[in-house]
Amino acid sequence: MGEVIVVTSGKGGVGKTTSTANLGTGLAKLNKKVVLIDTDIGLRNLDVVMGLENRIVYNLVDVIEGNCKLKQALIRDKRYETLFLLPAAQTKDKTSVTPDQMKKLTQQLAEEFDYVLLDCPAGIEQGFKNAIAGADRALVVTTPEVSAVRDADRIIGLLEANEIKKTQLIVNRLRAEMIKRGDMMSADDVLDILAVELIGQVPDDEHIVVATNNGEPLVGDNSLAGQAYMNICRRITGEQVPFLDLEAKKGLFGWLKKK
Amino acid sequence: MKLSDLFKKKTSSDIAKDRLKLVLVSDRASCSPELMAKIRSDIIEVLSKYAEIDMDGIDINITHIDADENGGKTAPALYANIPIKNMNHNVK
Repeated sequence: MGEVIVVTSGKGGVGKTTSTANLGTGLAKLNKKVVLIDTDIGLRNLDVVMGLENRIVYNLVDVIEGNCKLKQALIRDKRYETLFLLPAAQTKDKTSVTPDQMKKLTQQLAEEFDYVLLDCPAGIEQGFKNAIAGADRALVVTTPEVSAVRDADRIIGLLEANEIKKTQLIVNRLRAEMIKRGDMMSADDVLDILAVELIGQVPDDEHIVVATNNGEPLVGDNSLAGQAYMNICRRITGEQVPFLDLEAKKGLFGWLKKK
Repeated sequence: MKLSDLFKKKTSSDIAKDRLKLVLVSDRASCSPELMAKIRSDIIEVLSKYAEIDMDGIDINITHIDADENGGKTAPALYANIPIKNMNHNVK
């Protein structure tokens, strides 16, 4: 039986979809069987971040309504044999699916896949309730900003109330330079405020923009963000991995320059 | 921390942390302004039976108990400061 993991945040634009795409791809790199579900019905985006937008025939709502078989709606990734995407419908709304239906679907998928990753929409309404319905674990994505951390706190409370057993935090878009001069909260500062376990700190990295432009998640490459996401994947599988030094980017040259 | 940091003013990340801590206390107490107003009027109603209250001086709010007073956890607390003009000694 696989694990069902929801990637959520409350606030929009903090990197849920990017994180889902990278974590899914990274887990597939680790030879896991992975299916990604875009639950943002009406505003689907995981397909473009994965670069699979041209291959969509059926979607989540088609599966729920029985217009197609589950297998027919799963799109195989371009690069990884064991990675699949179940895209959201673009022309329906969030009420086309109920939490009970999502629970059934994720259970069915967990029988065949090692990991079922759900990309949750922003907000705390129906779409959020659908996405968390069948989840064993939640990854809450936040950025080191007052608004995002506040929403993350609200989401953590709601996840607790819905009896999600395990909630872990990803702090995204960290900028080492700003943290150093006291103009940005560090991951530790955010942890001080939110009482959850940290599973990843991802630097604000231009490579992410390039990867999204190309529709190819960068997880596992040499960029700092790519390494950070790969580390999160390994932590998801239960491995103990130390946290990255986000300043390492500068290398010897930067180190010399600093002296 | 460098010695010079002691004389520096608060950084913007310190300010962000302080603001977050405060806003989360009221968020976590999940207390809407409407509910707060109801609590306030009920408290006044009960107390008015026993004392004459200085309405202008009333201060009722959800704040928090500091972590160090509460075994390492910040907890929401109802704070009420209600000045009394006269005790009403004729209560049955």
